[in-house]
Amino acid sequence: MSRPSDLPCAAGVGFKPQHFEAIAAGPQPLGFFEVHAENYMGAGGRPHAQLHSLRAHYALSIHGVGLSIGAAGPLDGDHLARLKHLCNRYDPQSISEHLAWSSHGGTFLNDLLPLPYTQETLAIVCAHVDQVQSTLQRQILLENPATYIRFAQSAIGEADFIAEITRRTGCGLLLDVNNVFVSSVNQGTDPRAYIANFPLDHVREIHLAGHAETHDGGARLLIDAHGAPVADRVMALYAEVIAKAGPIPTLIEWDNDVPAWPQLLAEAQCAQIILDAHQSQGARSATAA
Amino acid sequence: MYAALQRDFAEALTDPGRAVPKDIAACHADDAARRFSIYRNNVAVALIDALAARFPVTQQIVGDDFFKILAHLFIAAHPPASPLMMFYGEDFPGFIASFEAAKDIAYLPDIARLEAARTRAYHAEDAAPLDAAVLRAIEAKDLGDVRFSLHPSVEIIASAYPIVTILAMHMGGIPLAEITDWQSEDALVSRPYLDVDIRCLPPGSAAFLHALSGGHTLAQAVEYAVAAHSDFDLGINLALLFNAGLVTSLSIVSPEDMSP
Repeated sequence: MSRPSDLPCAAGVGFKPQHFEAIAAGPQPLGFFEVHAENYMGAGGRPHAQLHSLRAHYALSIHGVGLSIGAAGPLDGDHLARLKHLCNRYDPQSISEHLAWSSHGGTFLNDLLPLPYTQETLAIVCAHVDQVQSTLQRQILLENPATYIRFAQSAIGEADFIAEITRRTGCGLLLDVNNVFVSSVNQGTDPRAYIANFPLDHVREIHLAGHAETHDGGARLLIDAHGAPVADRVMALYAEVIAKAGPIPTLIEWDNDVPAWPQLLAEAQCAQIILDAHQSQGARSATAA
Repeated sequence: MYAALQRDFAEALTDPGRAVPKDIAACHADDAARRFSIYRNNVAVALIDALAARFPVTQQIVGDDFFKILAHLFIAAHPPASPLMMFYGEDFPGFIASFEAAKDIAYLPDIARLEAARTRAYHAEDAAPLDAAVLRAIEAKDLGDVRFSLHPSVEIIASAYPIVTILAMHMGGIPLAEITDWQSEDALVSRPYLDVDIRCLPPGSAAFLHALSGGHTLAQAVEYAVAAHSDFDLGINLALLFNAGLVTSLSIVSPEDMSP
């Protein structure tokens, strides 16, 4: 497990096929594109033709949503083999997955489901991350989840749990700032305290996305819906992360009610402005030293 | 311990009659059911959406509400076994065929079969179609002994209903109108390049293409085609093979190697 994640330190976007023509029309001011691994596990056709063309011009992040790393049972060997095949085919700069489970008893549930944070689940997740990294022969990034519930048996804080996975497995981290915000509101905790406790020096990529809010009675709940612009408070929290950790490759995820290409690009440029501000700051302090 | 919790969680997700797992309920007092319902809803919506993405015309024909019921029952009976959502619903056409309340729309299962085939073709392996010049270069005496490899995307969906016409009308390819000539149609589904091509096959073509893809020679395939339909026209079918980009390679079979 040697090769580290190495995305360019710039803003990128999640690729949507409906944007392909607009993207191909000329060079885009983006560091990278990200795709969901599972969407490219067919044999051929347009998905691969488009991804091949993107990969020729941009760095690529392959982001899995189906490996079920947090499952109590064993990983799906066939699915892991498909992921390896995809990585061999496109040689992406980064491969990431979620701290979540999505399969149980041979059934795929098509959602990123939460797990309690205990010594038992820590050992299971670490064994799975080890297996993925040794199969792919490279580092993967693990993403913090958006959660709507917590478990009575959780004995470890999420940030500590994630820090320990990094320490034991050598995996990198994908910090989803929107997920931090969504979970904090839903759990009644402080997102700044979470960030303060998060092992930022292992973060190799950041995700930003829009969320939705439910109004059907009870306490306010945020839903990680990926169907809207990044909320102002999430962007502000992101700026704080970058101020603290320095520039980190940053992705805009917009999966539902996908806007026209210029609007998505504008979202990425908001993140790029924040990265640029700290990149030039870093350069200035380097010159001063 | 974790395995038991995950089992309870998974079972409660797909069965709203089950209580929220105790370990979660203990943390959220009155709010546990509402919070857990976010996951229940995510799972249900994601799977129904996956079917709707693969079977949009089936959905259009029965309407959104009926489609949701159909999808919901199908998901309960055939939950996905793989994370490749684009291929979820291989059994959906068969499920529709067995669904009593959908029997009024007799052509619906065949439309769903056609839509399932369209996805398979869309994601099929790539292969470059052969130009007709290759066939023209073969000497007349050898023509009957030619064996063809068809494109990996090629599938035929035979139907007693005009499924190609119905599909095209729902997809806006041709205007919606009453079908006065209610005839059976054999649909050819292929993807020689990047776009899936769905067309109606002429008489005998289905038998001809099945024979070719089964490894029979051109002469043998013609026999099957003529037996299936006396109006079979070889000229039209050879033109179809190459114009539609269905052939990816061909070889001349030596007499001692005749059996497919």
